[in-house]
Amino acid sequence: MTTKFTPDHEYIRVEGSTGIVGITPYAQNALGDIVFVELPSVGKVLKKGDEAAVVESVKAASEIYAPVSGTVTEVNAELSGNPGLINSDPEASGWIYKIAISQAGELDGLLDDAAYADLTK
Amino acid sequence: MSEPVEDLKTTPLYAKHVAAGGRMVPFGGYNLPVQYPTGIMGEHKWTREHAGLFDVSHMGPSFLTLNNPSGDADADHAAVAALVEPLVCGDIKGLKPGQVRYTLLLNETGGAIDDLMVARSPLFPGSLYIVVNAGTKDNDFDIIAKAAGDKAKLTRADDGALLALQGPEAVAVLDTIVPGVAELGFMTYAPFEWNGTKLIIARSGYTGEDGCEILCEASMAEAMWDALLADERVKPIGLGARDSLRLEAGLPLYGHDLDETVSPTEAGLNFAVAKRRRESADFPGAARILKEFGGELSRVRVGLFVEGAPAREGTEILDASGMVVGKVTSGGFAPSLARAIALGFVPPAHAAPGTQLQVSVRGRMQPAQVTATPFVPHRYFRKAKS
Repeated sequence: MTTKFTPDHEYIRVEGSTGIVGITPYAQNALGDIVFVELPSVGKVLKKGDEAAVVESVKAASEIYAPVSGTVTEVNAELSGNPGLINSDPEASGWIYKIAISQAGELDGLLDDAAYADLTK
Repeated sequence: MSEPVEDLKTTPLYAKHVAAGGRMVPFGGYNLPVQYPTGIMGEHKWTREHAGLFDVSHMGPSFLTLNNPSGDADADHAAVAALVEPLVCGDIKGLKPGQVRYTLLLNETGGAIDDLMVARSPLFPGSLYIVVNAGTKDNDFDIIAKAAGDKAKLTRADDGALLALQGPEAVAVLDTIVPGVAELGFMTYAPFEWNGTKLIIARSGYTGEDGCEILCEASMAEAMWDALLADERVKPIGLGARDSLRLEAGLPLYGHDLDETVSPTEAGLNFAVAKRRRESADFPGAARILKEFGGELSRVRVGLFVEGAPAREGTEILDASGMVVGKVTSGGFAPSLARAIALGFVPPAHAAPGTQLQVSVRGRMQPAQVTATPFVPHRYFRKAKS
């Protein structure tokens, strides 16, 4: 199991051919209290860099982009009633959606732990 | 984050914000905290329940004082009021000593150049205390000084600190530090002495809660900040919660819900167009505004309960059939209500509370229902009538 990161502060945790996507602790802290999450629909086909979801804080809306290309297989329905999970537990129960990765090679272009840590230093 | 961005002004409390972990952002030409580590949601709720301390030193406090007062208090007030009234729609002449009034500075077509507070000095005949918005203050002060000519002098006081302490416990806290403040009625002000310095304290604010706004010399600002925060009922509150609090209170924000095209009538501020001024039709844009009072209105400001994602400023408002009828001018999430709310302008035919409208958020239609404002009831202090 590996986790990769985008420069836009999404993470993708890879489990086999599926990726679990969310935003990093750094991103949730920068956004502040999340009050609404617009989830993608299951079955939606995304290209790397497409807008996949939107998280809204009290003040502003922020787009969440697809770290890799693929098809949305599941969304975190818990977030509809409890968007604050992204703040309290961004890397586990605050995940946003799962994607069936169509081009695994794209993962190589993402940041690893050390590179992402460097970016947010 | 610790060094101010160049070209941005700082307030006398800049170091205090940084020390308190404030996330500093540019606002109205100043470097100010959008939030502290508590976060917007927590800061908002704290203010509604206890007392929130805001640095509003970016705003424009000033004094307009007659150059040659006669010493007759009423005659001097009438003289200084006569200089300001041609610029605004409010009854300035009718202010009692110490009374604060919300009014609007209007252009020739009745559009709002700014909204502001004008107060009559409780002590000095022929002196007004005027507080205008940050982003508009240079222009406002030019207009007022020009109207005053050689009859009165406008003195800016925006080199000091202006603090707002807001919330149900605000006045009780401030009264322990500056005894006597609790005696102030809503929308009145008075000078106070504190540690050898003079404070101007008004029982006013822009959150919908009871509270005060405190004008203080820059050299004493940090001491006042610390004295207030020493009380455990007080937390510092950033611009983010200031905005969500005023939005819930249904109060318009200049530059968003008000601009040079919007009249007080359109903005739902009829109370600010004084009866005496309407009868004499002697304010800028009177022709248009009186017509609007008569019912000839093309748009009015409404409150909206929005279902789903917050509808932000600029979002299109549509009627039930899908025709665009207006735009959101302020919108966001209401922490006290845990739902999205917005202010916007629509034609009067769509403005009745209960009207079902829609907002288009990222291309998706969401239901929005017109509702009376304030969204959260005001809890201003009212003295029992004796």
